[in-house]
Amino acid sequence: MTGTPLLRARNVRKRFGHTEVLKGVDLDVYPGEVVVLLGPSGSGKSTFLRSVNMLESIDGGAITVAGELVGYERRGSRLHKLPDRKVARARRHVGMVFQHFNLFPHRTVLGNVVEAPIGVLREPRAEVTDRARELLAKVGLADKADAYPRQLSGGQQQRVAIARALAMRPRLMLFDEPTSALDPELVGEVLGTMRDLAAEGLTMLVVTHEVAFAREVADRVVFLDGGVVVESGAPADVLDNPSNPRTRAFLSRFLAA
Amino acid sequence: MDTDSRARSGAPPTTGDEAEVDVATAAPQRHPWRWVAGAVILVLLAQLGHLLVTNHNFEWGVVFSWFNAQSVGRGIVTTLELTVIAMVIGIALGVVLAVGRLSHNPLLRAVCGAYVWFFRGTPVLVQLIFWFNLSALLPRLSVGVPFGPEFVHWNTNALITPMLAAILGLGLNEGAYMAEIVRGGLLSVDSGQTEAAQALGMGRTRTLFKVVLPQAMRFIVPPTGNQVINMVKATSLVSVIALSDLLYTVQAVYNRTFQTIPLLVVACLWYLIITSVLYVGQYFVERYYSRGATRHTPPSFFEFLKIKRKPEVAP
Ligand SMILES: Nc1ncnc2c1ncn2[C@@H]1O[C@H](COP(=O)(O)OP(=O)(O)O)[C@@H](O)[C@H]1O
Ligand SMILES: [Mg+2]
Repeated sequence: MTGTPLLRARNVRKRFGHTEVLKGVDLDVYPGEVVVLLGPSGSGKSTFLRSVNMLESIDGGAITVAGELVGYERRGSRLHKLPDRKVARARRHVGMVFQHFNLFPHRTVLGNVVEAPIGVLREPRAEVTDRARELLAKVGLADKADAYPRQLSGGQQQRVAIARALAMRPRLMLFDEPTSALDPELVGEVLGTMRDLAAEGLTMLVVTHEVAFAREVADRVVFLDGGVVVESGAPADVLDNPSNPRTRAFLSRFLAA
Repeated sequence: MDTDSRARSGAPPTTGDEAEVDVATAAPQRHPWRWVAGAVILVLLAQLGHLLVTNHNFEWGVVFSWFNAQSVGRGIVTTLELTVIAMVIGIALGVVLAVGRLSHNPLLRAVCGAYVWFFRGTPVLVQLIFWFNLSALLPRLSVGVPFGPEFVHWNTNALITPMLAAILGLGLNEGAYMAEIVRGGLLSVDSGQTEAAQALGMGRTRTLFKVVLPQAMRFIVPPTGNQVINMVKATSLVSVIALSDLLYTVQAVYNRTFQTIPLLVVACLWYLIITSVLYVGQYFVERYYSRGATRHTPPSFFEFLKIKRKPEVAP
């Protein structure tokens, strides 16, 4: 890939108490690219994703999104932690989809999608509502606009969550195991929606255990283990021909299951 | 069905023929003890009714003549005013204190914690009397630079009327209890909700008022209803600082006429009426804040009325 990366992580370190979870992660995601992050449970995938969106603060290294340093600003010769207000501002450009959807249960589906564009971006309600209905149609839920999240299936809820994140017109979308909480027969509909987004050129960083999805949709697969990137490359290379023994062990367990 | 096929289908062996069994034909369940309990309660109610009617000390004539009296009406207005103002202060203060106790700022947490500790730890009656007698402690109140010049000052005795003392005493005390109720409600909302809001670029205040608090309301409303009803009755404590609420008014009357029992009955009847109305109100507030909480959309107030009027149609 050429050009400048949209997401650039260098030597990212993070510890919780005495356990170092990220031990120097280097990762780039270029505009329009779909990167799938694989790794065993507890390897720090969620922690890394949350750091990109400042839901966790990192202890060392640096992350930049679209050239902007995440969580810090340079004043003079020193770096200073961003105040909450600026952190909130910076988050607008990054969308996030969670394993457990985290829809707002007290708001309708439409209410979930329009809340942030109206409240945070201060866009006109009518315009936002039109866009929200388009997005809901795109994820196949045009008829559910007035339902409450708990009246929907898990797959439908996750598609609403995707529409909600897209309504902010993010430059980068983060997915943290978006299908792990779903019944097997509902996984396909969510992956289908994500496949469509990838085809439209949305930049996505996806944590998932769906190896078939990675093989088909990802431009690049990155394997994280023990807090570092141990392997990175085209899906065919990493999935079918892993050079690292740990990747091989992980994949053999996964593909056998 | 022969034994072989039963074994194959894995069904447990039964004595009858399954084909003829239909639970729809089962005998209705009998509840003999309900009838016994009903009979006992009926007897007790009859006794109570007999007591109310035959015991002349109730003086029902006096009860009815005072029930609509203008002075009692003014007492009720004071009681309601005090309840509303003290609860509004209590709830607002409770939200502020709860947010303070959950903040990242250790100083703010400590201050809010100390407030709750102090106001919950001392009797509200003492607090009322204290505010009423504030002038004994601070004869002059002023606004100015700390340890420096004053801009305005007041004579405490003139400033603290019985009504203000009652509002301060009940409202500030209520704030401490409401703080704990609101805090419990905020804590019961899944942290994923805050994260989702933050990920959408929402700031702290917006997240609190648009996402967390509306969901916390489901846990806050029932105990708050309890607090309101308690407050209606707690306002009767202000009779110690000579504020003419409902109780003080009837006390003033029976001190003159010595009709103690019938006038207390008047007060109790009015307290019951007020709390009953509040009880119904709470039902609809709860209904409002439970929307989206279950798979079934709760009907709104108007839908509810419609349902009650129309007989249900079998599907
Ligand atoms: N808030 C936290 N406090 C303490 N430990 C945590 C916290 N979040 C994550 N961890 C630990 O960090 C490690 C990596 O977690 P996570 O990033 O969720 O891994 P993954 O998503 O790859 O399964 C785990 O061992 C987990 O227990
Ligand atoms: Mg995870």
